[in-house]
Amino acid sequence: MDLAELQEIGEKQRTDRPSIRVRCCTAAGCLSSKSDAIKKSLDTAVKEAGLEKEVEVCSVGCMKFCGRGPLVEVDPVGKIYEMVTPENAPSIISAIKGGKATAIELDRNHPFFTRQKPIVLENIGKIDPEQIEEYIGVGGYQQLYQVINDLPPAEVIEEITKSGLRGRGGAGYPTGLKWATVAKMPPGQKYVVCNADEGDPGAFMDRAVLESDPHRVLEGMAIAGYAIGASEGFIYVRAEYPLAIERLETAIKQAKKYGILGSQIFESTFDFKINIRIGAGAFVCGEETALISSIEGGRGNPRPRPPYPAQEGLWGCPTLINNVETFANIAAILREGAEWYASIGTEKSKGTKVFALTGKVNNNGLIEVPMGITLREIVEEMGGGIPGGEVKAVQTGGPSGGCIPASLLDTTVDYESLARVGSMMGSGGMVVMDGATSMVEVARFYMEFCRGETCGKCVPCRAGTVQMYHTLTKLLKGEATETDLERLKAMCDMVKNTSLCGLGQSAPNPVISTLRYFPEEYLSLLKKESLNGKVAVSS
Amino acid sequence: MQSTEAKTKPKAAKENSKEHPSGDKRLKVLDITMKRAQYRQDALIEVLHKAQESFGFLEEDVLIYVARKLKLPLSRVYGVATFYHLFSLKPSGAHSCVVCLGTACYVKGSGAVLEALENHTGIHQGETTSDGQMSLMTARCLGACGIAPAVVYDGTVAGRQTADEAIEKVKDWLGNH
Repeated sequence: MDLAELQEIGEKQRTDRPSIRVRCCTAAGCLSSKSDAIKKSLDTAVKEAGLEKEVEVCSVGCMKFCGRGPLVEVDPVGKIYEMVTPENAPSIISAIKGGKATAIELDRNHPFFTRQKPIVLENIGKIDPEQIEEYIGVGGYQQLYQVINDLPPAEVIEEITKSGLRGRGGAGYPTGLKWATVAKMPPGQKYVVCNADEGDPGAFMDRAVLESDPHRVLEGMAIAGYAIGASEGFIYVRAEYPLAIERLETAIKQAKKYGILGSQIFESTFDFKINIRIGAGAFVCGEETALISSIEGGRGNPRPRPPYPAQEGLWGCPTLINNVETFANIAAILREGAEWYASIGTEKSKGTKVFALTGKVNNNGLIEVPMGITLREIVEEMGGGIPGGEVKAVQTGGPSGGCIPASLLDTTVDYESLARVGSMMGSGGMVVMDGATSMVEVARFYMEFCRGETCGKCVPCRAGTVQMYHTLTKLLKGEATETDLERLKAMCDMVKNTSLCGLGQSAPNPVISTLRYFPEEYLSLLKKESLNGKVAVSS
Repeated sequence: MQSTEAKTKPKAAKENSKEHPSGDKRLKVLDITMKRAQYRQDALIEVLHKAQESFGFLEEDVLIYVARKLKLPLSRVYGVATFYHLFSLKPSGAHSCVVCLGTACYVKGSGAVLEALENHTGIHQGETTSDGQMSLMTARCLGACGIAPAVVYDGTVAGRQTADEAIEKVKDWLGNH
């Protein structure tokens, strides 16, 4: 297949379909609210009205405003309906021909939508994730074709480096540099791994991308494979995401059929095949060395670095590991150019970031915002604030991150600013908390999580998280003394500085950040007699 | 034990036959999975997933069977089976109820839902009722945060659950509770 044929498939896809498309969200969130029944009901209504030639009902991935789901959008009429039920679905079809829809219409000009800058999410909710032709129809796989035919690997890496893209898994390592490191390793067996083990509680960005636009990730991985000289890739997905796994399998099968994946891609000499590996529920497998060990069929135990996976990864071969969102950015960067991408965001954090905005916030769902936006803009404008109250804190970065108090809501969202206030970008979970939330309770919640998820290989993490959990429980029961509090702080230091991998090194973060911003909550929980009337803590 | 039976399978039995020599169709499913993976040792997790899917849980015999077939030490197979949360070495109930304890669900009250379920059923998370009717479990995060708090009843996710709703849903599953 050449470029003309690829474009023809896309063109055919665009012209052959009915002019009006009714899109029904069938991603996990809406699906659990029976959106498959809505799709059926819409289909029936179209048939009954005899509109098959003009109206097409299609199921698409996430339409972002999950909190108001199930969502149905009528295109190009431009209407989005929220909280649709199978009963009021037919009225949406009759509304196309001048009737009145019983479903509530969602305001398209809501800041939740208008403040977004979709790059990773550009196709999400617009295309059918189970049809490769739809992805090709929006220009998909053209970048892969072009790099294979026109761009030497070194130039692909150069372009990614110039774009300033940093790893979206959380740590923010420069992507171009990572690619260059693996590319520089001696030729031979190399691997590309996509980390889709989204374990952060409160985050569902990767899930949404995989369920709604899987081909985008495959294209990014294939481009990476070409750039670093790898012929095989693995996607490590959580078993908790069955729909994502199913859609990825479909996508790989379709791409193979078109000769876009497999051997001699686009009739070139480049081979690239992608395998899916399913996790089995272990948060630590998000850590790259643990993930490698899990792909190899072992326990997800991390190992010390160096050697880094870029040097010695899967089965001892150089391995490139990037997160889902990182791969999802690649095709767009190559299409629009590195300068374009670098013009978005801040000086050190380029581009956009996808967040899962959830918790006690009016509008929850998936957002993609340019770096440099403030937390206040996200929580108060896009999120619409808290129902009947005020924001107390925003938790970012999951168990590896921290709680940012309301007084720091003007902090901009970029890798450095978030780290400065004691949190981190993380993979992109953003949980809003209100006045009713006890921060010590939240710290204990995360410690309970880490305690259960530690792989147990190194002592500081295995024993430290358990001890910290017990101390926090003691505090909450009102049985702790000043000494316990001091010990808790000492343990934070110890676990942070002596653990083997990222899980342990970041496990104390929720405690450290709540101690820093909400010391009074800890103090008020101390046993009264231990205080002796003096303020003991200065954090 | 199945593993020895497998070795002494009659020559007449074809690979494609629907019956496993042991007469257990579930082992046949497992054999197909392992064969497709070319008995590669790194396919262990995938094989265990399949085993759990067919048997409901990973009983010792199955672990031994998999270890022999993949030529892995049993300690390695056991080590992997016990490391991952999704693998269970104990039989689970006829019905399952999984409460999501992700941060979003937690701040929206999934803790209370779990507590109500524990009180109602008399079992703790991770346990199965004595009549084997229902297992109560928790999940780290389902990634369905938009509809928090979420609970999965027999594989079907339900959003915005309250304690009362959850109890209502599991009531029918319970025998004499």
